[in-house]
Amino acid sequence: MGGEVRQLLEQIHRFSRRCLFRVLSMGPLPTHLAFIMDGNRRYAKKRGLEDGSGHKAGFSTLMSMLQYCYELGIKYVTIYAFSIDNFRRKPEEVQSLMDLMLEKIKSLLDKESIVHEYGIRVYFIGNLGLLNDQVRAAAEEVMKATAKNSRVVLLVCVAYNSTDEIVQAVKRSCVDKADRDTERIQLVDIEENMQMSVAPEPDILIRSSGETRLSNFLLWQTGNSQLFSLDALWPEIGLRHLVWAILNFQRSHSYLEKRKKQL
Amino acid sequence: MEQMVYIVSVVFTCLALLIIPVIIITRRLSVHLSFKNILRFIKLVASQLDDEEENNEKSGTIGEEDKRRRLPKHVAIILDGNRRWAEKRGLGTSEGHHAGARRLIENAKDCFAMGINTVSLFAFSTENWARPEDEVNGLMALFEKHLRSEMAFFRSDKIKISVIGNRTKISQSLLGLITEAEEATKNYEEKHLIIAIDYSGRFDILQACKSLAEKAKNGLIQVEDIDEDVMEKELMTNCSEFPNPDLLIRTSGEQRISNFFLWQSAYTELYFPNVLWPDFGEAEYLEALTWYQQRQRRFGLRV
Repeated sequence: MGGEVRQLLEQIHRFSRRCLFRVLSMGPLPTHLAFIMDGNRRYAKKRGLEDGSGHKAGFSTLMSMLQYCYELGIKYVTIYAFSIDNFRRKPEEVQSLMDLMLEKIKSLLDKESIVHEYGIRVYFIGNLGLLNDQVRAAAEEVMKATAKNSRVVLLVCVAYNSTDEIVQAVKRSCVDKADRDTERIQLVDIEENMQMSVAPEPDILIRSSGETRLSNFLLWQTGNSQLFSLDALWPEIGLRHLVWAILNFQRSHSYLEKRKKQL
Repeated sequence: MEQMVYIVSVVFTCLALLIIPVIIITRRLSVHLSFKNILRFIKLVASQLDDEEENNEKSGTIGEEDKRRRLPKHVAIILDGNRRWAEKRGLGTSEGHHAGARRLIENAKDCFAMGINTVSLFAFSTENWARPEDEVNGLMALFEKHLRSEMAFFRSDKIKISVIGNRTKISQSLLGLITEAEEATKNYEEKHLIIAIDYSGRFDILQACKSLAEKAKNGLIQVEDIDEDVMEKELMTNCSEFPNPDLLIRTSGEQRISNFFLWQSAYTELYFPNVLWPDFGEAEYLEALTWYQQRQRRFGLRV
């Protein structure tokens, strides 16, 4: 009886969400959303749970967000999973995060996982050489397994720092143009060599837990993105936050398009 | 009956005692009447009183030291909203920019008075060249006028001036003034005003890349040795002791960096007040600093 009620509620939820998304799609929708998933540990502390469960709750929030983005038709989603700075945390914490990541990355390979259901292509962006062999191997396997999907593109930034990404791109540009005139290096040359060049620039960057900084995430790419800082912790983020961010995006969109046309 | 009258009159008096000051406060601030704004005003007055107390003390105390440590060393400002300010008042765009320039000078003076070491201003972006020609010419004339008129102030207050950006498109006369200002103030150390004219964060990174490529070609460095520190030294902010802003303020409510400091704002606290730039005065500035002091900066580590 409980299961049936839950299923019914789920159906009602899904239906009302569809109506809401239909209304939202009357206006311009972003093509690329980026999330800084901040606040998992504070969430666990707030609820008096052990540390790891904050990250687990965060992961299920991520899955819900991906589902909403798929239903809305947003093509690119980028998430900041692990920064190079985070390696400086306590070794036990880093290890437990790595273990969790390995577990979740492997779960993406399951047939029933969300990536196959929604046709998500997964990229792992970052200095993958800094990860341990198991995690790196699992990441490469997922990238290969989802290479044919094209409905949604998920970019997971792990062992990533934007300054590191820029330095790697600069190095590659220097090497590419070593024989030719260095004066002819242009913006497109650096851009092509960026790992994030597989996706367009983010339209919206959302950071949870109330902090108002970029923390070395997508510095090059977010020059013209709208930045939103939500007070809720990442596991508390829900549909209403996403809708609010999109509504705000729509509000300033026409003004921004006008400015872009002037360029 | 008498008791009722008594109680009702007490209640009304209390309400009046609460509401009248609230109305006066919001009239004074000409902001929307809301609880948040009232709290903000109270916090602001409290911090202003604190600052006054500090200034009145003859010797430094631990409290003052601590507060000084939590002041940003480098504040970057995106001056947005001049045109909207002028439109609201039925004035022309150039009046808006004039008001903006006046506000700029005042705010720079306030910043340095509060002990901030470096102030960066996004005066003109590479994207602004697309604006109507008379507006662009008006802006360039404004820069020339103010650089000339404020030279005496920069010298007397010992403020080092640096102008960063692409110098190839600006007029010779402006270029001459810029070189003169930079030469005259190059030895000053404690206060640094960085003005970004024809600047774009991506352009900055590109010119650093070209410079590194040139060096690599000439054998001065190896490509493998290029890392973040090497990059940072090639960016245009290498003229400053504190190249990375601690606080970035963009007025007029737009929540974007618009290609200002990209690399440099990796860990910068971003503050987006709704006020338009010509209205951003000392009170709003103090509010920004109070807000900054309450941030917890972790740089990726644990709380």
